[in-house]
Amino acid sequence: MDERQAIVDLIPRLRRYARALVGDRSAADDLVQDTLERAWVKFHLYRGGTDLRAWLFTVMHNVHVNRVRAQRPTDVLTDDLPEVAQRAAQGDSLMVRDMDRALARLPEEQREVLLLVALEDMSYEEAARALGIPIGTVMSRLSRARERLRTTMLEIPASTKLMVVK
Amino acid sequence: MSSELPITEADLQAYIDGRLAQGRRTEIEAWLATRPDEAERIAQVRSQRDNLRALYDPVLGEPVPERLARVAQRGPRPRGIALAAGWVALGAVAGVLAGWQLHALQDARKPLLSEGASIARSAAVAHATYSPEVRHPVEVAADQQAHLVAWLSKRLGAPVRAPVLDAVGLSLVGGRLLPGEGDPATGPQPAPVAQFMYQGSKGQRVTLYVRTETRDHGETAFRFAREGSVSVFYWIDRKFGYALSSSDLDRAELLRLANLVYRQLNP
Repeated sequence: MDERQAIVDLIPRLRRYARALVGDRSAADDLVQDTLERAWVKFHLYRGGTDLRAWLFTVMHNVHVNRVRAQRPTDVLTDDLPEVAQRAAQGDSLMVRDMDRALARLPEEQREVLLLVALEDMSYEEAARALGIPIGTVMSRLSRARERLRTTMLEIPASTKLMVVK
Repeated sequence: MSSELPITEADLQAYIDGRLAQGRRTEIEAWLATRPDEAERIAQVRSQRDNLRALYDPVLGEPVPERLARVAQRGPRPRGIALAAGWVALGAVAGVLAGWQLHALQDARKPLLSEGASIARSAAVAHATYSPEVRHPVEVAADQQAHLVAWLSKRLGAPVRAPVLDAVGLSLVGGRLLPGEGDPATGPQPAPVAQFMYQGSKGQRVTLYVRTETRDHGETAFRFAREGSVSVFYWIDRKFGYALSSSDLDRAELLRLANLVYRQLNP
């Protein structure tokens, strides 16, 4: 029963997801670290033979939600988040910064669904299980996240637009 | 036979994610061919998906930070650890009530306790709670030392002694009894814990936390831990676990002191 190696092998994927989820590199790695710690504490709840990756993402989701709640006592997951300043730029690429900023403007719950599906390549069923929500909710959040990300990116000045088909 | 199912937003999402069966995909493509606006929107979302991957996939190739690899290799935690964590939370509440900033101890980022380190954590919490006290740092003052030692020995169920540290400029302020770790509902009644407090001429404070061990662990080496601003040297010596804590002494000074305490307790 050595899940240790399996978990070590999954770290890069956890990091990728966390980076896109919280933006800042060290904050993302903190999230991964807390997730790994939590996973070992809760390991007796993991049923061997089932999907370890999905389980770890569930743990990460719980850790993340708790942190977001702790950081913001009031529920601000609304449509008019202010320009988000706490997400550090990741490099000099404008595309990175714009995408990163546009992602940060998504409500937490939409961002999670979008990243699990689009980045982590989870099926809708897997994403629903990882987040503990019905599949219909996955579909509606996914659709809203994509639409919102799309319109946000279109608002960004023309020089940095990703794609304009016309 | 081609189905005439209406095309839903969910279909379009699944189309974007490449999760449709061939037949349905062809239907969607035919549908989009007659709706340029919709086709453009779908194309934008598809490129958004590609861009996300292009932006964040490089993280997969980054070297894994050492701290993460270490945690991943740690292995499952014994179930009992949760109890220790609960006691830390309790101690933290007490600390806040005592008006002491315990934020460093509550830092969720900190690695969780290992079993041996729980005494260090508990001792640090107790130190942070009582050492700033001006009027009531101890329950029984040093002028009643005989009573103090007899009382604590009785409550701990084993003879405890308060080391004499006047030679290094620390005088005994007194001591107090603290609740032990463990859950009376599930385990044996936790034995209480003793705390002796010492003070130097400049007001610097050092506490010695003494707990009885349920099992004889033999002896361990001195171990050092830092909990927020509190430095702790701890060790186990047969039936007792000891932790020496201070926010005022540096590591080397505290180690010298730990050696002195150890020698006094094991003449």
